[in-house]
Order: sequence, then structure tokens, then C-alpha cells
Amino acid sequence: MTVLDLFPPEAPAEFVPEPAIRPAVVELRQVARVFPGDPPVHALRPSNLVVADGDYLSIVGPSGSGKSTLLNLLGLLDRPTSGEYLLDGVPTGQASEAQRSALRGGRIGFVFQQFHLLPHRSVLENVLLATTYSGVPRKERRQRALAALDRVHLSHRLHFLPTLLSGGERQRVAIARAVVTAPQVLLADEPTGNLDTTTSDGVMDLFDELHRDGLTLIVITHDLSVSGRAERRVRITDGNLSEID
Amino acid sequence: MAKINVRLGSRGDQFRARDLFREAAAGIDARPGRLFLTILGTVLGIASVVVTVGLAQTASGQIARQFDAVAVTQAMAEPGTTRSGWGPAQPVAAIPWDSDIRAGRIAGVEAAGLFASVSLQGEVITALPVNDPSQPMPASPPLFAASAGLLDAVRGYTTAGRFFDAGHDARADRVVVLGARAAERLGVSRVERQPSIFIGDRSYTVIGIIDGMQRRTDLIDGVIVPMGTARANFGLQAPEQVHMRIAVGAGPVIAEQVPIALLPNAPDNVRVQVPVLGSTMRDNIQADINVIFLALGAVALLVGGLGIANVTLLSVMERVGEIGLRRALGARRRDIGAQFMLESVAVGLLGGLIGAALGVAVVVVASAAQAWTPILDTVVVLASALGGGVIGLVAGVYPALKAASVEPITALRGGL
Ligand SMILES: Nc1ncnc2c1ncn2[C@@H]1O[C@H](COP(=O)(O)OP(=O)(O)OP(=O)(O)O)[C@@H](O)[C@H]1O
Ligand SMILES: [Mg+2]
Repeated sequence: MTVLDLFPPEAPAEFVPEPAIRPAVVELRQVARVFPGDPPVHALRPSNLVVADGDYLSIVGPSGSGKSTLLNLLGLLDRPTSGEYLLDGVPTGQASEAQRSALRGGRIGFVFQQFHLLPHRSVLENVLLATTYSGVPRKERRQRALAALDRVHLSHRLHFLPTLLSGGERQRVAIARAVVTAPQVLLADEPTGNLDTTTSDGVMDLFDELHRDGLTLIVITHDLSVSGRAERRVRITDGNLSEID
Repeated sequence: MAKINVRLGSRGDQFRARDLFREAAAGIDARPGRLFLTILGTVLGIASVVVTVGLAQTASGQIARQFDAVAVTQAMAEPGTTRSGWGPAQPVAAIPWDSDIRAGRIAGVEAAGLFASVSLQGEVITALPVNDPSQPMPASPPLFAASAGLLDAVRGYTTAGRFFDAGHDARADRVVVLGARAAERLGVSRVERQPSIFIGDRSYTVIGIIDGMQRRTDLIDGVIVPMGTARANFGLQAPEQVHMRIAVGAGPVIAEQVPIALLPNAPDNVRVQVPVLGSTMRDNIQADINVIFLALGAVALLVGGLGIANVTLLSVMERVGEIGLRRALGARRRDIGAQFMLESVAVGLLGGLIGAALGVAVVVVASAAQAWTPILDTVVVLASALGGGVIGLVAGVYPALKAASVEPITALRGGL
């Protein structure tokens, strides 16, 4: 996918440089987020971060250190107060709200601590919901949802309501929903926060499998056993980002 | 296992109408109990509007039936008259010979016919030719001219033989139809053997005897010739009147349109008599009832609209988490707004449909109880049902804007 796909009518083809090497999936350049107030909250101080295609990154830090703030910025749910964020090489600072929505739908998958499944919709419908907003061709939607649910080993629960599932199963539905649109990067905020150790291991095993298949993963956690699974670890304290080697 | 991390080829099938309808339907479907309460106000509002209009229509049909049916369905047009000097009133214009046809084309006119009284110019109408000039002249029945449609237009009927047709008129045939009393006076009771009467010394074949004519009772005493015959043989200059049988309530329209149809260049010169009394009275009776009912309906609709707005707003608040999730999945603000808007319209439309059905049922039952014939315009019923959708549309605007403005981060902080 190129920049062409992002701004189809406006950008004439000849002005778009074809990148010779694949750009980083995520690149933060001096990105900061300050919440206005008295005093203002520096939730994220100017930080740099590069996440390459296929990376598995964990972000650890104490409560209130700015982990969710960082993830919201990465997920285009929030705009930085300064700095530039390039997603797949595309600067997102000037993008309109509708373009950011399209990027979220097409290139980013989210997994939340509270699962966020629609309680009145079946497992399959919950996964299909992601395809309706992300431009997956209608003909492929069902087949891809089935493949994604198979991927998370839930093919036997297609028509269950989420309320009937265990916590681990719910989180696996949420992961299926996140990967069904074939995103460039999967962002997970405390994905195991509501799970016990065993189920949490199941979910982390799934992340390992997805990573092996080439998916770029960014996982926020305060659980050291979870962060230990990642190839790269980033610590955040009081809004300051530092890589742990 | 196949790698599902495939890059998207096209952004073809974005969130479209079909997805929107599915999502809105699922949103409504999720809370059936609440749906009932939501639409209650709209149902009652629409129902009371339909009942008001339906009972008004039914009652006016009923009142029209109770009035003298002739009085409310009869109209007449004639040239206006001048009243200059001391002489008799003179018509200011002549209405055309095809006035009956022109009037008949107007919606609401069910039958139309021309009428004129014809001057005998000293001649008399007798059963036998007058051959003894020394005998005193007997008093003559009056002579009238009519077009083929007149009998129906003035509610007459034949007791023997037949009335003229357009052919007699066009050919100026020497035929007459006798009013019942004139026939008695002239000693004609049967027409099978084509008896003749004499106007002056010319004989005319009697083709029928007529009676009834509640709008021109003088025809009963008269001898009637076709318009064409009166024109050819008696020098009739123009028809005097156009009589019309009209639909109930068509009076005002006819009063407006007939003058233009008859004398397009000088409509002011045509005077029209249409039933006024009956309809005004009916209007007065109905007006009070209608105002009360419609006011109640309007209040109910307002309450209904507020109800929908309220519940939709409540549902937006409850589903903030869902909205945040959808935004995270790539929904634009307008996708969210449209979804709640559509839910609100669908709920309003449903209320409208149920309300309209309920209203029709009430009108039918109430009419049956009074032994009236229920009259209800289907357009009114359909418009009322759609009105529910409009209420939903208006009621949905604020909640939809509210839903569209939900910030995904705030929304996602809470649970679903
Ligand atoms: N909308 C906001 N307005 C003001 N301050 C905010 C806002 N959102 C977050 N903060 C503050 O920013 C800081 C970082 O918050 P954040 O939610 O990123 O923490 P976190 O690392 O995710 O914590 P936890 O592990 O408890 O989830 C906190 O001090 C928080 O109070
Ligand atoms: Mg957090």
C-alpha cells in the first residue's frame, strides 16, 4: 500500500515518491501531549519512537505514567499537542478527521482491556462489524471473519453472545475483530488486565503466533511476564519514554 | 494456517446505506420493551390526528345525507343581469350553447343541462290544430327549451317514453317532451303511438312525459322542446340557465370555476348559485370539534417527538462505549450520526404506522356504533404514518449530533 491509497483524488501520482525501502510502521518525532489545566498535565513529554514492520513492542510503566495517552496517539484516537506522527510513512498531523477514521479502520487494530464487544451481537457479528467500517469488500467479509475467528481458535463459538463467553474467549473475539481487517499494526491496552494468569497466557500465546505471522504488535501492560514476551520493551515514567535493552 | 495479515487492496466497500440500515435495525431491535414506550406518544398523536380527520370526514358525509340531498347537490349558473333604468332586468351577456358541456367537464359536476323559456309569440299549444278562429283561444301551457342533460341535472324522470338526446337537439327535430301536468291537460297519457301536439299550426311528436324536476317544478306544467329546435323554430337567442347536479361539498369550487368555463373572457358576467347554507352550517358544527381534537393531537405529537428525542438521547448516553468502539473501528462522525438519525426515523415511522392503523380502527368502530358510513381519505392515513417518520427525523437531530460529537478516547475509557 502506498500513500496513493490514502489521498486518492488530491495527490497526482507523479508527485508521490515511491519509497525505496519500507518505511517504519510507526514513527514518532518529538511527539508530546499536554492536557490543558491548572497546572497543565504533561502526559507525554516530547518523545521519539520508531517501530518497524513486524516488530513486537511492549510499553511498561506505572499507573498514570502516560501509557494510554501514548496508545491513543498511536491509534489516532487523539492528536499530539506537538511533534509529528508518521503512520506507515504518512504524516498524520494534517489529516482530516475523516481521513484519520479511514486510517483507523484500515491500518490499525485495537484490543482493549474491557474487550468492548457489543453485548447484543453474536461473536461473528462483532467481528463483522470491523469489516463494515474498514472497506473490506462485501463479498469477502464473512469469509474473512470466519478465518479470523478460526485464527483465534473460536470457530465453535460463532453464534454465541459475548455475555456467554469467558474473559479469555471474549478477548480472543476482540483480537479476531482487530485482525480481520488486516491492519498494519495491532495496539493493545492492558489486554490481559481483566484476565487471570492462565487465560492471560493463552492470549499472549496468540499474540506470539500473530507476531510470527508478521503482524506488528504494540502491547501496553504493567505485567512483567506479559512484557517479557515482547522483542522490544519501552518504559514510560512520568511521560518520559526510554527503551529497555 | 494462512496468514491473514494481508494488505487491503481497495477501499471499495466503505460503510454504506446497507450497513447503516443493518446497524440501525440492530440498535432498535436490542431493546424491544423500551421501543414500546418510545413510540407510545407518537402512536397516540398520530392516532388522534387520524381519528379527528376521519370523524370529521365521516360526520360531514353523514350531515350531508341528513340535509335535503337536493339542496346540497344542486347548482345553477346564468348570465348576470343589469338593472339600469326602470325596465326589466336584462342579461349582460349570453352564455354559449355548449355551456352544459363546458360545465360538465368541471370536477364535481355530475350532470349538467341547459334551460330556457321560449316565447310563443302569441301562438298556443294545443292537442288538436285550431281550425275555428272564431273560438276563444284556450290558455296555452308554457314552452321551454332544454338540452339532453337537463332532466338528470334537475332530478326529473320520465313516466312514459323518453327524453331528448343530443341527436334531436342537433337536428332540431320537431319533437317535444311534456311535463306531467301539461300532458294531463293536453290529454296525452301514452306515447307509444307517437301522438302529436300543435304549437300554433305546426305539429310536434310527443316522445315522452316527465315528472319530478325538484329544481324546476314549473317544467311539470310545460311543454319542452330541444334547444336546437327552439333555436331554429322559435328564434331562441341563448340558453338562460345551466343546471348542475354536483358532488357534496363541491359548491365553492364550482362557484369559482363555472364562470371561467362558460365565459372565459368575462367570468364576472356569470352568476352562480351553489349550495352554501348546508356546508357552512356543517363547517360550523365541525370547526369546534376539529380544533379541540387537532390541538390534542398536536400536543400528543409534541410529547411523542420529545419522547423519541429523549429515549434516543438516553440511548446515545448508554451507548457511548459502543460509539467509541465504532469510531476506533473506523466509523466517521457522520456514520455515527446517520445511524442514530436512522434509528430515530425508523422508531418514528413505526409509531406513525401503528398510530395510523389505530386511528383507522377507532374511526371504523366509532362509525359502526353510530351506524354511520366511515369515510377516511387514504392520503390522510398514509400522510399521518409518514408524519411519524418526520417527527422521528426532527427528534433525532439533537441526539444524532450528540452521538457524532462523542470523543472516542473519553468514550472508550468507560465499559460497553
Ligand atoms: N483528558 C485528560 N485530561 C487531563 N489529564 C489527563 C487526561 N487523560 C489523562 N490525563 C492524565 O495524564 C496522565 C497519564 O494518563 P494515562 O491514562 O495515559 O495513564 P496510564 O499510564 O494509562 O495509567 P494506567 O496504567 O492507570 O492506565 C495521568 O496523570 C492522567 O491523570
Ligand atoms: Mg491506561
